[in-house]
Amino acid sequence: MNRKILVIFSLICMLGYILQACLGSGQKEHSLAGTEDPGYNFDIRPILSDKCFACHGPDANKRAAGLRLDIAEEAYKALKENPGAFAIVPGMPDHSQVYLRISTTDTALMMPPANSNLKLTEQEITLIKNWIKKGAKYEKHWAFTPPAPRPLPAVKETAWPRNAIDNFILEKMEANNLQPNPEADKERLLKRLSLDLTGLTPSIPQMDAFATDKSPEGYGKMVDEFLSSKAYGERMALFWMDIARFADSHGYQDDSYRSQWPWRDWVIHAFNQNYSYKQFVTWQLAGDLLPDAGKEQILATGFNRNHKITEEGGVVDEEYRVEYVTDRANTLSKGLLGITMECAHCHDHKYDPFSQKEHYQLSAFFNNVDEPGLESVVGGPETYAKRPLIEITDADVKNILTFINKPASDNRLIVSVMGDRKDSVRKAYLLERGAYDAHGEEVLPGTPAAILPFSDQLPKNRAGLSAWMFDPRNPLTARVFVNQVWQEFFGRGIVKTTGDFGMQGELPSHPELLDWLAIDFMKNGWDIKRLVKQIVMSATYRQSAVASKEKLATDPENILLSRAPRYRVAAEFTRDIVLASSGLLNRGIGGPSFKPYQPPGLWEMTTSGRGVLNTYNQDHGDDLYRRGMYIFIKRTSPPPVMGIFDASNRDQCEVRRLRTNTPLQALAIMNDPVVLEASRVLAAKLLREKGTPEGQVEKAFRLIVCRRPTAQEMEILMGYFNDGKKTLTREDAKTQVDVGEYAADKSLDVISHAAMMQVVSTIYNLEETLTRT
Amino acid sequence: MEKDIIEHSLNQSRRRFLSKLSLGLGSVALGSLLIPDLFSSPGAADAMPTTGLPHFAPKAKRVIYLFQSGAPSQLESFDYKPKLREMMGQELPDSVRGGQRLTGMTASQKSFPMVGSAVDFKQYGKAQAWVSDMFPYTAKVVDDICIIRSMHTEAINHDPAITFFETGAQQGNRPSMGSWVSYGLGSENKNLPAFCVLLSKGRGNGQGVYSKLWGSGFLDSIHQGVKFSGGGDPVLYLNDMKGMSRQGRRQMLDKLASLNQISYKEFGDPEIATKIQQYEMAYRMQTAIPEVTDLSKEPDSIIKMYGPDCLVPGTFAANALLARKLSENGVRFVQLYHQGWDQHDTLPTEMAKQAMDVDQASAALVTDLKQRGMLDETLVIWGGEFGRTNYSQGQFSKENYGRDHHPRCFSIWMAGGGIKPGLVYGETDEFGYNIIKDPVHVHDFQATILNQLGLDHEKLIYKHLGRRYRLTDVSGSVVKGIIA
Repeated sequence: MNRKILVIFSLICMLGYILQACLGSGQKEHSLAGTEDPGYNFDIRPILSDKCFACHGPDANKRAAGLRLDIAEEAYKALKENPGAFAIVPGMPDHSQVYLRISTTDTALMMPPANSNLKLTEQEITLIKNWIKKGAKYEKHWAFTPPAPRPLPAVKETAWPRNAIDNFILEKMEANNLQPNPEADKERLLKRLSLDLTGLTPSIPQMDAFATDKSPEGYGKMVDEFLSSKAYGERMALFWMDIARFADSHGYQDDSYRSQWPWRDWVIHAFNQNYSYKQFVTWQLAGDLLPDAGKEQILATGFNRNHKITEEGGVVDEEYRVEYVTDRANTLSKGLLGITMECAHCHDHKYDPFSQKEHYQLSAFFNNVDEPGLESVVGGPETYAKRPLIEITDADVKNILTFINKPASDNRLIVSVMGDRKDSVRKAYLLERGAYDAHGEEVLPGTPAAILPFSDQLPKNRAGLSAWMFDPRNPLTARVFVNQVWQEFFGRGIVKTTGDFGMQGELPSHPELLDWLAIDFMKNGWDIKRLVKQIVMSATYRQSAVASKEKLATDPENILLSRAPRYRVAAEFTRDIVLASSGLLNRGIGGPSFKPYQPPGLWEMTTSGRGVLNTYNQDHGDDLYRRGMYIFIKRTSPPPVMGIFDASNRDQCEVRRLRTNTPLQALAIMNDPVVLEASRVLAAKLLREKGTPEGQVEKAFRLIVCRRPTAQEMEILMGYFNDGKKTLTREDAKTQVDVGEYAADKSLDVISHAAMMQVVSTIYNLEETLTRT
Repeated sequence: MEKDIIEHSLNQSRRRFLSKLSLGLGSVALGSLLIPDLFSSPGAADAMPTTGLPHFAPKAKRVIYLFQSGAPSQLESFDYKPKLREMMGQELPDSVRGGQRLTGMTASQKSFPMVGSAVDFKQYGKAQAWVSDMFPYTAKVVDDICIIRSMHTEAINHDPAITFFETGAQQGNRPSMGSWVSYGLGSENKNLPAFCVLLSKGRGNGQGVYSKLWGSGFLDSIHQGVKFSGGGDPVLYLNDMKGMSRQGRRQMLDKLASLNQISYKEFGDPEIATKIQQYEMAYRMQTAIPEVTDLSKEPDSIIKMYGPDCLVPGTFAANALLARKLSENGVRFVQLYHQGWDQHDTLPTEMAKQAMDVDQASAALVTDLKQRGMLDETLVIWGGEFGRTNYSQGQFSKENYGRDHHPRCFSIWMAGGGIKPGLVYGETDEFGYNIIKDPVHVHDFQATILNQLGLDHEKLIYKHLGRRYRLTDVSGSVVKGIIA
């Protein structure tokens, strides 16, 4: 009875908190500094930015009472509407209107005003009071100042750190009375490493070799092995596909086919060849403008043509051309610079020091592309790429573009790429309210001054923009990429809001580490593999994922990394795990996307009926077993299982996927034919290998979960197998093993086969299987 | 310690928080702690904090949106313009067009000959509302619906216009209306998603529908629309493989749960506890959904009301009936899309076929809900993404013509959910080109829907990448004139 009351009471309380949690998400983390001497960047600015800047910030059009609080001189000035009073008087909160107005109970005077739906907490008010008392010192936003060299912090537990990362992480842990977890057991560690570096499960020989290698170099050897495997490039390409909004269809309305996949082949190649980040990005932004531009460099610029392109008859051409330009500028801003420039599309940015004009100056770099808004409506192979485009011939593939997996076909292979107008430069304008036809003043290519002014020495084109990106004084490029990679290996960035390093973004959990990594990355030639290796070699990375009650209570989100994060792998890798462990995986790299099993009618019910993608024609044979990253993405009807597991729909640049845990995911793993087929095929393989059923179940478990099962786990699974053998009817068993197109093995006893298949399928459904543990 | 958890929860997503919740309560009634359940108790709203939801007492509990994709012509449905017949073939005066931008399909047309409706109109009901002969069944329920003749939008092409209607922005990966409602109000039931989507196709020119229309954008993907289909698996991967019995599945889930428990003990990760529960929810959905989607047990009177097509899976009529059943079972937002309303040519014959496919079932839905006493709390919406021009596109005759896209005015109707019945709202000029009274912008329309659900469109916000987003973007006001 008591328990029941407790449950009901908890439910009522929780309901409130949940709603607050839903609606108030995205709040800042607490700074570790005390409230007595708050700092501007980490304590005060987040409050002002979130609650005040919308009306008293950078946006000149929306500024209320002529007051702006984001600049010291303005905030210290006499008030325009009341010259005897001051917003902020350093040292004197009681004479500062800011403090008086936020702490008053008079609703007519209170700030923020009631109709803004914003409210300051007591703690926030105290922080502002104390900050003013201590002199109201302003600082430039941390992300817009270049990373500063940071000394390695001293730590008490000097034996723990394996490299510099660990010093920074351990220092914070120690300051919060936390101890690092011990290293993960070898089986878990190998699975984690393999999934993180290749997106695939390790093989049994790899597991055996690593388990028996007791030398201190054993782990490093595995790291090198995975880093040099081709699957590394595939794994890294996946997050870049999200940033680059890569897809196999044009995206609007009729949504017909595009042949952009050779660009994806290039990305995989670039990661495997370990092109420096500087080269990787420069070629993508401006490969066509380089003095020695060859076909490979031009192909790389496909990055900026992956956006959606309309084929809807009757659109206003200029409206869509402007849309493409905007999309490119947004992708650069969010994906490579970590800023939300799109906010300045219609007006000056409300929180960050970017004017609307600067938004259009940045867009202007992409405004001179020799392209129309609507090139053609749906049609044949000539519409699979849009001008400017390149053709990739067999000779190219033989000589220069050897990494392209071009199938033999009569069709010309064409890819959309960048190319500027040769005869003249298209004029660029500030667009009033963001409307494509409301030309304001003319603008020239330029970059936001608050980040780094665009040097007169640089050409005002995309090549100049790339040079600006990789200017060592650029405060964002290295930080943003290092953070993105960190997110790939720890599930969350040092700055959690990967796409927003601006004033509304979250503050870095380890700002010194972020700076150290950024500087180290630049100093070492923007070497991506080196950065990845640095991360996975750290003691921080190698910890076990066990979460003690104490750690869950003090650091539930694991911000301080006193344990390894544990999370479900990306959608595409769930499929890869299933295929790799069952032996079905087709390890072929690159080439055109393929169409796996898909429930009937999904494309047919959504299509307008026009275009080659109006019906879904599933592939067969070996093509069915390709990696998840090659699944055909039709934007208006994206692959269902991928969507269920939170994959990007590739509509726009995406830098961080959500990670949900839903019943639809349970249904998909239980009943997706590819999982059932893999279970059937692996079961057959094991049964053919002779040996005891125990040995077979153990092997299935090792292949899938990548560790040996415990006695308790074996008992449950063997119980299930033996029950199945006893209770399954021949009829049901026959029906169950009849799944998937892979050749059936009729030689097996069908009841044993179905019973073993159920066991394998259950192992696929284990939480640990699809989790990076 | 408790305070820590509370403060921390403010930074948590609902999902992660629930994980922790189930952890804290151990094994007690885990099944009932699933996400939708928390919203199932009607009394729970009282316990909400002042910042809670709904923002005020709702008139409607749920929505059924019968979206007519492709843009049905207002001039052959609800906006009667005898003047156009009189002026048949005459040039549209420039003063009326007023520099309105045209689509690329007619922008280069040299002449803009006005064309009147080929189908007759009559007046119906207490309000004497004009309805064309293409919609005889809707005509009979005019006293239960509110016709708005003064809708207007900003887009002139299908993709951006439908996206605008459903997400509040023409471009961009924003959450759809159903996702916002799911986010704001949660689900009313424990076995079904809060937001369901049903698709059908008519015989007219179609323009496709896009999954972004029911996507959750930057909201958690539990809020995305779940597509239901008429045949086979009503929800993707719902059916177990052939040869697997319910007991077989139960046994498998029990084994799975004991195995997952072992890792939970080892790692203490709340996500594992959530995973166990999600499998249980999946199991319950496997029973609940086929029951709801089974239309075979509906009585003859109902079948007669919706028309014989309602027994053919995947038709509009079947979807309309299914929408009622889902709604009855507590689904917050049922979104239908019916393609085929894009009549650039042969409008009179093609549109008549379209109307024939939807008219009876649309009216039946209103009547059915009313008979069940559900109409008061269910908001039904019928309409497309923009209107059609008063001039003909291409060659025309009195009996055969086409109409291009027209964003400046069009008609939709709404019923139930606290909307005034028997009302005709708004007015266009005698040419049917411009609105002269009570214009309703798409954002006003969205604000009104949220309002009926007890949500303030300016307060239902989500902060993403530094900005507070809302369905109505930066504008919109509730259309008070249509609220009962």
